[in-house]
Amino acid sequence: MGKGYHTIVRHPEKCDGCRKCLEACADYHTGNSNTVHSRIQLVQDNETGGFELVLCHQCGEPRCAMNCPAAALTKDEETGVVRWDEQKCVGCQLCTLTCPFAGITYNPATDQVMKCDFCGGDPACVKACPRGALEVKIGADLYNSWGDLEDLFVPGMSACLGCNSELLIRHTLRRIGPNTVVATPPGCIAGVGSVGYNGLTCTKVPVFHPLLTNTAAMLAGARRYYNRIGRDVTMLAFAGDGGAADVGFQSLSGAAERGEQMIFICVDNEGYMNTGVQRSSTTPYGAWTSTTPVGSVLRGKTRDAKPMPLLMVMHHCEYVATASLAFMEDYYAKLDKAAKFSKKGMAYIHVFSPCPTGWRFSPSMLIEVSRKAVETNMVPLWEYVNEGARLRFTYPVDNPLPVNAYLSLAGKYRHLSEEQIAHIQDTVNNQMKILKSFAGEAPEIAATEVAARLSVIREASTRPHA
Amino acid sequence: MYHSKYLIVGSSHAGLSAIESIRIQDMEGSITLLNQEDSLPYSPTILPYVVSGKVDASKVYLLNQNDLDTYRITFKRGAKVVKVDPLSHTVALQSGENFEYEKLLLATGADPAIPPIPGLKNAPFHVLRTIENANQLRQAAQTATSAIILGAGLIGMHAAESLAKAGLRVSIVEALSYVLPGYFDAQAAGLIQKIFSEQGINILTGSAVTQIASSNGACALSLESGLDLSADLLVVATGVKPRVSYISRSKIEVDQGILVNETMRTGANDIWAAGDVAQAKSFFDPTKAVQGTLPTAVEQGRTAGLDMVGDPVLKPYPGGIPMNTYKFFGHRSFSIGLAGDAETCKDLEVDLTFLPSSQQYQKLAYEGNTLVGVSCINSQLDPGIMYQLIKRQIDLTEIKKGFSSAPREMGRLLMSRIWC
Repeated sequence: MGKGYHTIVRHPEKCDGCRKCLEACADYHTGNSNTVHSRIQLVQDNETGGFELVLCHQCGEPRCAMNCPAAALTKDEETGVVRWDEQKCVGCQLCTLTCPFAGITYNPATDQVMKCDFCGGDPACVKACPRGALEVKIGADLYNSWGDLEDLFVPGMSACLGCNSELLIRHTLRRIGPNTVVATPPGCIAGVGSVGYNGLTCTKVPVFHPLLTNTAAMLAGARRYYNRIGRDVTMLAFAGDGGAADVGFQSLSGAAERGEQMIFICVDNEGYMNTGVQRSSTTPYGAWTSTTPVGSVLRGKTRDAKPMPLLMVMHHCEYVATASLAFMEDYYAKLDKAAKFSKKGMAYIHVFSPCPTGWRFSPSMLIEVSRKAVETNMVPLWEYVNEGARLRFTYPVDNPLPVNAYLSLAGKYRHLSEEQIAHIQDTVNNQMKILKSFAGEAPEIAATEVAARLSVIREASTRPHA
Repeated sequence: MYHSKYLIVGSSHAGLSAIESIRIQDMEGSITLLNQEDSLPYSPTILPYVVSGKVDASKVYLLNQNDLDTYRITFKRGAKVVKVDPLSHTVALQSGENFEYEKLLLATGADPAIPPIPGLKNAPFHVLRTIENANQLRQAAQTATSAIILGAGLIGMHAAESLAKAGLRVSIVEALSYVLPGYFDAQAAGLIQKIFSEQGINILTGSAVTQIASSNGACALSLESGLDLSADLLVVATGVKPRVSYISRSKIEVDQGILVNETMRTGANDIWAAGDVAQAKSFFDPTKAVQGTLPTAVEQGRTAGLDMVGDPVLKPYPGGIPMNTYKFFGHRSFSIGLAGDAETCKDLEVDLTFLPSSQQYQKLAYEGNTLVGVSCINSQLDPGIMYQLIKRQIDLTEIKKGFSSAPREMGRLLMSRIWC
């Protein structure tokens, strides 16, 4: 139950309708490349000239199988493929009547029905496509392997509908594992129940509730104690942007400078969301909060956000990364590295955490907002490894969408004027220039001196605004 | 007394689809499945293929014991329900056993409807509704030389073909004026009749039977037209009637079948009905009807199951659309929606392609700019896609011209853009 499977995905922009996939399919199944035998079909849209794929979806509740009177169609629980048994089929054709996609069709040449059987796991059509328009997606493999990891958070929590935090806590703890001590300072993560009530905690690992100001210091102390008694235990902080970039900054900065061994995750929802949506130093320019209101004079926040991840790079942390949970595979890879580098010193991950309640968007839009922020370069995904001073984009966005594709999704940006949007676009462009120079991708500002880079950052973050 | 959270009476498509939906949400709740026959679950639709020998009677089962164990289903064979008591939430079996339920699904299917023809009761006739029926007919066909099929519906037509292939001289007697009247119009039915005639099958339409006499296992029929027919095998396939005899004086309302609402609930608390026994909303008109097809049983069973388990994906049953596929003598046909007799199609706009020489027939019926009926013989159209266009009432205004000229490609295009 609840298993994910491989699937064939198509990139329509790459398909030119050459029909090599049809020939490969027919050939694989019958030894004859006549496309009448193909289980995969293309159909051209005369208006756009593009092609659509007609193929079995290997449905979760396959109507073909439910409607088969001969039990000749069954869903293979192991592979997810809906299998057709030639020996059992009586040829009644009810499957072709109940499949909504023509995924199972009648082949007049054989007088039988036929459907995609995934070629035993290595589809011939995918291999035959000369333009890479077909792909076997392995997302389900990741899902399955993550699903096998132990969930270290109890069922149920009191987060707002659509909150990023549950996704974040469960996946982070699954990956980091049970040999962990967690610190959750005041903020949403503590508020949703991680520290628990009446002496009971909601995590299945030790958790404590430090002050907003001393999270990194307390974790540093705990780690040093474990080191002294000879135990290797991972220290993990879930702090909000207040607990990391504002009130908690001095202790975090100190711990980073000292090279304390921990994973410090900043859950950046760009403000004080659980106390009534006040601005923080990571609230972006132009955003509405209850302390940066929108009226006839004020139009949201007048200052740019503090570039917190870059500041942590400047602390020579062993590892610094940004993340968005719309890109879970990316986040898991970064957790692995953070766990490794936290044995040596500070590993800092800055997780972009959209907040439906405080940002004014529908709970169902969480992942879309998380994705669009990345696709517009508002939240570029990168990692920095201190050893060798390497910054690398983990999800390079070559042709970013205009920032408005992201801004238009959240109510906190609804009032923005064109000038304000233009300013945000400039800020994003500047930020990308800086990051690309760090990544060694922009020869025109290849100056390697740290001081020069810092002056650019300073300029970008302190420019006065109307 | 046995107690179960979900008690499912009837183990064909409606009952099994309901169980599938229940188990997606509730892997723990106890399920008891009753089959009135002494066999594993099977589909009545398979029976013509048992008669023809296309499939062995031992290999037709939809689930085996291992599957039943996997889904944690307590399965009872030979469990014939004689009484349902909605007040005490119990069901009584003929054997005297009682079953208590929290939620009950009645999916008891239908029995053959036997027409009131004088002499029929005493004649040794066959029906085709159970495995036992199919085995008996198959066996009888081995010694018989001729057969008469009463009724030119799908079961009758299938039986006629199987018996003809087994070497019998076969006649079909139908009271209405052409074969398969619910599914095809006179023109399409004429094409089918022609193919049957070419295979040596004698079809007598518009022929009411006035009297049946029998002696030594053979039957003699007198027709209204004055014609007499005789054969040593008689198959009655004049339709089915919902199996509701076990329901008496309760809140479960019965008309032709058990009346149900849009989520297959009967008038009594915690009791649902689905499949051939249920009389549910129709798609094209406001009346409730017994549909009696396999796809209807699956959809109704699924709807009932989702409601029984409280699954939020539940959507109201959109209403039954008459439809079926039919393969005969190597020809392929299907019918969906308003595609039958001239009366139902009289106000509709029709695209017709009829090529008698290549035995091809294709009729698309529109109401305004939506498709409401399709019937085809030897057409390349995808039946499933046509069904979706009808059920989803896809507005074809923008593309109607293109659709009429290339319904297969346009239909595939429309549906491939919808990924659910």
